[in-house]
Amino acid sequence: MIECKNISKIYQSGDESVAAVKNACFKIEDGEFVAIMGPSGSGKSTLMHILGALDVPTSGEYFLDGKNVSELSDDELADIRKNKIGFVFQSFNLLLRATVLRNVALPLVYANVPEEEREKKARESLKNAGLDESHFFHLSNQLSGGQMQRVAIARALVNNPSLILADEPTGNLDTKTGEIVLESFQKLNKEQHRTIIIITHEREVAEHTDRIIHLRDGEIVEDLKITK
Amino acid sequence: MKASDLLKETYLALVANKARSGLTVLGIVIGIGSVIAMVAIGQGATSSIQSKIQSLGSNLISVRSGAQRGPGYQISSGRGSAQILTEDDMKAIQNEISLVQSVAPEVSSRYQVTAKGTNTNTQVVGTNPSYSTIKNVEIAEGTFLLDQNIKNMSKVAVLGPSVRDDLFGENAASVIGKTIRINNIEFKIIGITKEKGDSGMNNQDDIIYIPLSTAQRFLIGNSYLSTIDIQIIDQDSMTLAQEQITSLLLSRHDISDSTKADFSIMNQADIVESASSITQTLTILLAAIAGISLVVGGIGIMNMMLTTVTERTREIGLRKAIGAKRSDISTQFLVEAMMLTIIGGIVGIFFGWLAAAIVSKLDITATKVSPLSVILAFGVSAIIGIVFGYYPAKKAAKLHPIETLRYE
Repeated sequence: MIECKNISKIYQSGDESVAAVKNACFKIEDGEFVAIMGPSGSGKSTLMHILGALDVPTSGEYFLDGKNVSELSDDELADIRKNKIGFVFQSFNLLLRATVLRNVALPLVYANVPEEEREKKARESLKNAGLDESHFFHLSNQLSGGQMQRVAIARALVNNPSLILADEPTGNLDTKTGEIVLESFQKLNKEQHRTIIIITHEREVAEHTDRIIHLRDGEIVEDLKITK
Repeated sequence: MKASDLLKETYLALVANKARSGLTVLGIVIGIGSVIAMVAIGQGATSSIQSKIQSLGSNLISVRSGAQRGPGYQISSGRGSAQILTEDDMKAIQNEISLVQSVAPEVSSRYQVTAKGTNTNTQVVGTNPSYSTIKNVEIAEGTFLLDQNIKNMSKVAVLGPSVRDDLFGENAASVIGKTIRINNIEFKIIGITKEKGDSGMNNQDDIIYIPLSTAQRFLIGNSYLSTIDIQIIDQDSMTLAQEQITSLLLSRHDISDSTKADFSIMNQADIVESASSITQTLTILLAAIAGISLVVGGIGIMNMMLTTVTERTREIGLRKAIGAKRSDISTQFLVEAMMLTIIGGIVGIFFGWLAAAIVSKLDITATKVSPLSVILAFGVSAIIGIVFGYYPAKKAAKLHPIETLRYE
């Protein structure tokens, strides 16, 4: 469960201070599928960094599974990311010279999972992300964009995180492939009750989720459940 | 992150950039290789000089007529025929100093020597049979001087191999029994010495030995000695023996002030030591020059690692996003740098050893690759990895995950 209490992030540039996020307050329950939407410069990336424990807020408190993440050290944040969060990036961020299986197993290396278990978990995770087994030993740069993003999703899943954060996951994909990727997210949410947050500026993408948090100029202007 | 994973990551990262990794390693290979080769050549030269000096006789003290003026400066041998050392001095040394094992007299001068149709100018040493044991003179053919030769003032000569070659040609059959003329006096050849090689100071093969009595009577015309060679019972007694000989001779020559001694005394250990110290200094100098290339190689490592960190910024960001701590990142890059230098070190040790072996094979100089220099080179290459890898690794670890993920 995610709880944000009055989160603000203020960047100082010279004498001027710019608030990227202002007093954001919201809760996301386990198993929710949420989009954080807004035009570029609305502060959605900053918010994602805070939710993903990549950064801490200037003020306010952020609780992840009851733990206050807003005051942790760098190494403690790394532990949170390792154990609780799976990232999916717009540009996939795969290790190009490594095989699909190795890419997916990489988080397990840092989590000190024994080598024998890694491959088993990685295979399972890839099946959940919908990648065909024939690609498992390909190098990641031999894959198509859609396949790459599914590898990235599998990598985000492999540690069994409480939260999957996807930053513009369809931004580098054509509409059709984007659709397939979004469907995999939906499936993970419905079938495995994963908590998923998608950050996007496109309404069509946001509409695949169950709830849209709309940001503009750092403030939440709308928080709306979608009924289908 | 476990060690096995770390090594696997390192291997994959280095293999991904084979050409660059290879060139960077080459810098270390050249550095370590030249240090190993230089030290091997230096140490080989030192030990070959030492063994050559030792081959002139062990535990040797030489007393020469003529004072020593300042360190290392020997009085000219023009006065070296000075009438100072006598056979009585030699007998006194032998009888009165218990540390002395044996003594041999020496008179020496250069003469024109002729055989049938050939001639050469060489050193002629008049001495006794004891000389051969003291100075390690070995006989290849015939005999060395015998006691009866001394007693009878026989005109017999023992030739060094170079003299024989000069007078009779390299392919001459046995020359024993043939005659040569020294200063126009006829001598019969009774022996040829074994080849010793050039010791760097004087050539022990370009020499003729004749009986002392004969030399004093027919060539020099007086009964003085130019040198007394003394063998001491063991290495540890050298200094004490030297002091005893000095004071004995001073009192025999009625000299109270030791700085005014009319003879000089040389301890073989001192010669070995000073010769070794010269070659050791040269070794250090050579190794230091080679060490500079090692530093340059290290800078190459740092340069490559900095490039790598920049290139792999996004990868660093990803690793951080999936839970890598600062220490995980810095360790990874440090191990990469160390792996480069250690591989370079191992290959460098091999090539250094190879270069040393080739130098030995080509007879340029003897070489000796000591285990210590190998261990040292290996350690140094690992340390270079740490020193020059530390800054790039630190830089990588400090990168902020958000900025690295955004990096294009």
